[in-house]
Amino acid sequence: MTDTDRVRHRDTKTAFYLFTQQKLPACKPVLTPAWVITIFLFTGFIFIPLGLVTLRASRSVIEIVERYDTECVPEPFRIDKVSYIQDDSIPKNCSLFLKVHKYMKAPIYIYYQLDNYYQNHRRYVKSRSDQQLLNGQKYQATSSCQPVEFNNARPIVPCGLIAWSLFNDTFTFIRERAELKVNRKNIAWKSDRDHKFGKNVYPSNFQNGTLIGGGKLNPRIPLSDQEDLIVWMRTSALPSFRKLYGRIEEDLDADDVVLVQLMNNYNTYSFGGKKKLVLSTSSWLGGKNDFFGLACVFVGSSSLILAIVFMLLHLKFQR
Amino acid sequence: MGAVQIQAQDIHVGNIVWLRENDEVPCDLVLIGTSDTQGLCYVETAALDGETDLKTRVIPSACMGMDFELLHKIKGVIECPNPDKDIRRFDANLRLFPPFIDNDLCPLTIKNTLLQSCYLRNTEWACGVAVYTGNETKLGMSRGIPEPKLTAMDAMIDKLTGAIFVFQIVVVMVLGIAGNVWKDTEARKQWYVLYPIEGPWYELLVIPLRFELLCSIMIPISIKVSLDLVKSLYAKFIDWDSEMIDQDTGIPSHATNTAISEDLGQVEYILTDKTGTLTENRMIFRRCCISGIFYGNESGDALKDVKLLNAVAGSSPDVVRFLTVMAICNTVIPIKSKTGAILYKAQSQDEDALVNAAARLHMVYVNKNANILEIRFNGSVIQYEVLETLEFTSDRKRMSVVVKDCQNGKIVLLSKGADEAILPYAYAGQQTRALVEAVEQYAQLGLRTLCLAWRELKEDEYQEWSLMFKEASSTLVDREWRIAEVCQRLEHDFEVLGVTAIEDRLQDGVPETIETLRKAGINFWMLTGDKQNTAIQIALSCNFISPEPKGQLLLIDGKTEGEVCRSLERVLLTMRITSSEPKDVAFVVDGWALEIALKHYRKAFTELAILSRTAICCRVTPSQKAQLVELLKSCDYRTLAIGDGGNDVRMIQQADIGVGISGREGLQAARAADYSIGKFRFLKRLILVHGRYSYNRTAFLSQYSFYKSLVICFIQIFFSFISGVSGTSLFNSVSLMAYNVFYTSVPVLVSVLDKDLSEGTVMQHPQILVYCQAGRLLNPSTFAGWFGRSLFHAIVVFVITIHAYAFEKSEMEELSMVALSGCIWLQAFVVALETNSFTILQHLAIWGNLVAFYVINWVFSAIPSSGMYTIMFRLCRQPSYWITMFLIVAAGMGPVLALKYFRYTYRPSKINALQQAERMGGPILSLGNIEPQPRLMEKEVSPLSITQPKNRNPVYEPLLSDSPNSTRRSFGSGAPFDFFQSQSRLSSSYSRNCKDN
Repeated sequence: MTDTDRVRHRDTKTAFYLFTQQKLPACKPVLTPAWVITIFLFTGFIFIPLGLVTLRASRSVIEIVERYDTECVPEPFRIDKVSYIQDDSIPKNCSLFLKVHKYMKAPIYIYYQLDNYYQNHRRYVKSRSDQQLLNGQKYQATSSCQPVEFNNARPIVPCGLIAWSLFNDTFTFIRERAELKVNRKNIAWKSDRDHKFGKNVYPSNFQNGTLIGGGKLNPRIPLSDQEDLIVWMRTSALPSFRKLYGRIEEDLDADDVVLVQLMNNYNTYSFGGKKKLVLSTSSWLGGKNDFFGLACVFVGSSSLILAIVFMLLHLKFQR
Repeated sequence: MGAVQIQAQDIHVGNIVWLRENDEVPCDLVLIGTSDTQGLCYVETAALDGETDLKTRVIPSACMGMDFELLHKIKGVIECPNPDKDIRRFDANLRLFPPFIDNDLCPLTIKNTLLQSCYLRNTEWACGVAVYTGNETKLGMSRGIPEPKLTAMDAMIDKLTGAIFVFQIVVVMVLGIAGNVWKDTEARKQWYVLYPIEGPWYELLVIPLRFELLCSIMIPISIKVSLDLVKSLYAKFIDWDSEMIDQDTGIPSHATNTAISEDLGQVEYILTDKTGTLTENRMIFRRCCISGIFYGNESGDALKDVKLLNAVAGSSPDVVRFLTVMAICNTVIPIKSKTGAILYKAQSQDEDALVNAAARLHMVYVNKNANILEIRFNGSVIQYEVLETLEFTSDRKRMSVVVKDCQNGKIVLLSKGADEAILPYAYAGQQTRALVEAVEQYAQLGLRTLCLAWRELKEDEYQEWSLMFKEASSTLVDREWRIAEVCQRLEHDFEVLGVTAIEDRLQDGVPETIETLRKAGINFWMLTGDKQNTAIQIALSCNFISPEPKGQLLLIDGKTEGEVCRSLERVLLTMRITSSEPKDVAFVVDGWALEIALKHYRKAFTELAILSRTAICCRVTPSQKAQLVELLKSCDYRTLAIGDGGNDVRMIQQADIGVGISGREGLQAARAADYSIGKFRFLKRLILVHGRYSYNRTAFLSQYSFYKSLVICFIQIFFSFISGVSGTSLFNSVSLMAYNVFYTSVPVLVSVLDKDLSEGTVMQHPQILVYCQAGRLLNPSTFAGWFGRSLFHAIVVFVITIHAYAFEKSEMEELSMVALSGCIWLQAFVVALETNSFTILQHLAIWGNLVAFYVINWVFSAIPSSGMYTIMFRLCRQPSYWITMFLIVAAGMGPVLALKYFRYTYRPSKINALQQAERMGGPILSLGNIEPQPRLMEKEVSPLSITQPKNRNPVYEPLLSDSPNSTRRSFGSGAPFDFFQSQSRLSSSYSRNCKDN
């Protein structure tokens, strides 16, 4: 009896015994008015300043957005833009003037933006072969690339709808007759260049068939250096997206006028997609996005209001 | 022995089966030979009837004296009835063929059988003829098929799953159609998608099927795994509970069925056995009255009463005769142990108590050698030869032995039995008033009384009767009744010696347990094989029913359909017309009336069952117990049956929850039960603590499982609207799998440790069990709340993610990881908000899981070949990622917290009120009346007088499976078996009361 008592006594100290008896020490928080009101006040006082800071960061970003899909179609063809874009015989060059409103500090990012373009469509997203991009024609099992897998019974490298529909408008920027230097290197993720796209994989049999999609690739440049392709192949989850085209590494002053000479090659007309050119500086938060600031201010102020409401309720119904 | 061992399935009827000591009997056998020279053998019948004592079985007289060799050659015919399930009756005949010249029909009884599943004990070998085999054995016939049990909660979860399934189908169809429309209108224009111009018709099915795949996670598969895990943990908690270990035996409680713990929290009716469940089933001889002198009244223990000890020492003849009856009028077998002490093997606890008490009073039953009994009284040895044993039946309510005193050759009839079975047959002129008073007095103390009587027989009277008895014993038809009739011819003109009083104490804590559970809104029914007055007495003493001014008993009785019908309707009427009066009304019904009521007035009886919170059903058979359970179950009540003996097994198997008490009547009930406990009082803890916690925890866990699956699914659905309704999955398959299996299931699993209220608070306020009983924590409306929350959280995560990660940041892998992290953060906070008590394990699981999410994703992000290479590192470096997380948590949890706080403070449930009181240390505000449906109460009818003199005698009576049929027959005989008389008197007084009103 004393033995079992001793055992039991020792047992009561072990955590496992307490667990078996469901008697582990526990803290039982209570939703007291003080706690809840404090939490809401605290949230409010965190989020409102946070919102203001992010809003300021977002506002500090200077952005020029120019839609060019309609303007770059000459007047006579505007009735049937699709036939215009599909007709190879018509020259596609077009000029835009961009007015800089505010001083823009280098680096200035150049994005092209597509709207109503479903890079996230299931058929599209799946239509690629990561193994082929890395290993080239050595890798044969490219059935995921259908319907752009083979051409004339030879494999297409890079295969799949995504690569096939590569964006191929080009831009050159001229300020006061001098061409602005646009850095088109390092626009893709380094990890993609190093580990996802092969250094020894060259495009082959690409855009050779009857069905021509988007841009062509220089077959002498390995995929790891085809940065436009790498950027394009990072599919967007949203139907409106911007992709990096390059960086202008000179500052732009206010009231500068930039002449953009572009080749309007890419067909968004058949599905009513918009094309925009974006020049943007960046902040610690990234590009211009007021959402953070507005959402933070909204959440913060709602919290404050709730805190006040609960305080009043507490005072009114104090027991 | 030369016998061959074979499989039990190969035994055919008519085979001779040889058994060794400790063998299990493989089928029903008629015993024809044993190693014992007297032709006796001992069997343990615990597996059959739950009685743990050894029983003797004897070979038929015709086979007596056959040796081992002869048995191999034996030939004969056994006439036996069709297989039935009555384990106490076997009316058959045996006739042996020549050369075994005994040409007479030799009667066989249950005493000549070895029934399947018994064990042969203390006998070297035995052999018998197989009469019933396989499923036709007595055991096989009485075995009910236990149905698999499903908790109410599981049923509700299944229902909700069904609802979600329908929702899923609707979503899939709507999105499927939308997808096809979008494909035909928009996607054709999108040249980069390169849809083929004309596809086969089944292309139409592709998009719906893709959505079906996307939405398949809507029904969480992990819920089954999680539930099984936590359920087995609930069961383990019951096994581990040190407060439910029987201190006397050291046996812990055990959950055999690990799947139904939640049902414990939803119990509405408890059907309990009496003997051994409410009482200890440990009979102790307390008092006696010999020749009008009361012994043991002062001290409460006759064995210590000096008066009695003196009388014994002085060999007062009355006392000596009284003790002789106590010592030998029974079927007890004395066994000498090696140390010389005498152990008694008794079939009933009462007999055991009497023989032991007699031994304490120096009348020691020493030995039984065949028919010769040896008793030692004050040093001298007296021998008796047993001539006949008139066994106990529940109809006769007495048992007798006819013995011959070996010294002087006198033949004596010794009887003991219920007072109404003995006192009316006292010889003319005996004053029985003192005895009646004694019986009454003892009964009021809740003691079980027995009257002992004695009559000297003349030699020729006995001889004449003996022939009739032999003849009656060998009838095939209605043997029991015939024997009873013959016995009646001998059992009269008694000289009543006195009354014994035996105490069957209530178990510790029974009244408190019943009171607490009744407060918790649980209704109690007592189903006992015992007689009405004993049952009522016990019911009173354990708070089952309240004493008179507050409580009221309504009696349903009657011997014919009409009487039962009238009585039933009267009771129903009074129950119906009385409404809100705070009175405890209970109805009492006996087995016979119950049989009629269940057969012909099932509807009325069902209504009564619904109206009445308490009922006492006495003299019910095991199958009636099961029928009553069935009746309550058919009214959609959650039933719990608790019992300890083999006669409770069917009820236990039938009930939603069967609880067995591993008591003195063996382990059979405990084995058949879902839960076995050592003492009745553990039931309180089992229901209020384990049942309630299990219910609460499962309620949270199951709804949470749906919630987290729905969140991720809604996000997928929203995403499909911005991905051309094409069925693109936002999340990659690894994340999806890990989300369900790992990220969200670990934190919720530790909710098995959550306690909304401490055990002490629950015990003090058992009323809150109503939340579980009524299923208020898991029902369509609470589920709708979780559904809404999942929709809200999905919107929050989705909207914030797509706006925060718009334009140049909208890369697919990044965006999907942002959304996933948002979900994980919300999960952690939802679990934290819904947890009532945090132990270290909960903190570890909730916050550790959040950390683990990042660690796992960093690992994936470090593998170059994985799709999300570098993604998580890139995200964690971005301030915008962390701001997004903060935003999601604040926007997602703020309204939930506000709503919960508002409800908790300004619309508190009783649980919340108790939580506040418990944790703030403040006074507990009045809980008010949370009993939802006050049962109808009794008003007018004056209480059934439970002090009826004739009715107050708890009596020696082992639990018997007597069927109303046998009762009817004894009635039909016209013999003075008028134990119903008292009841009809009761009913007449009842109807008088009715008229007075």
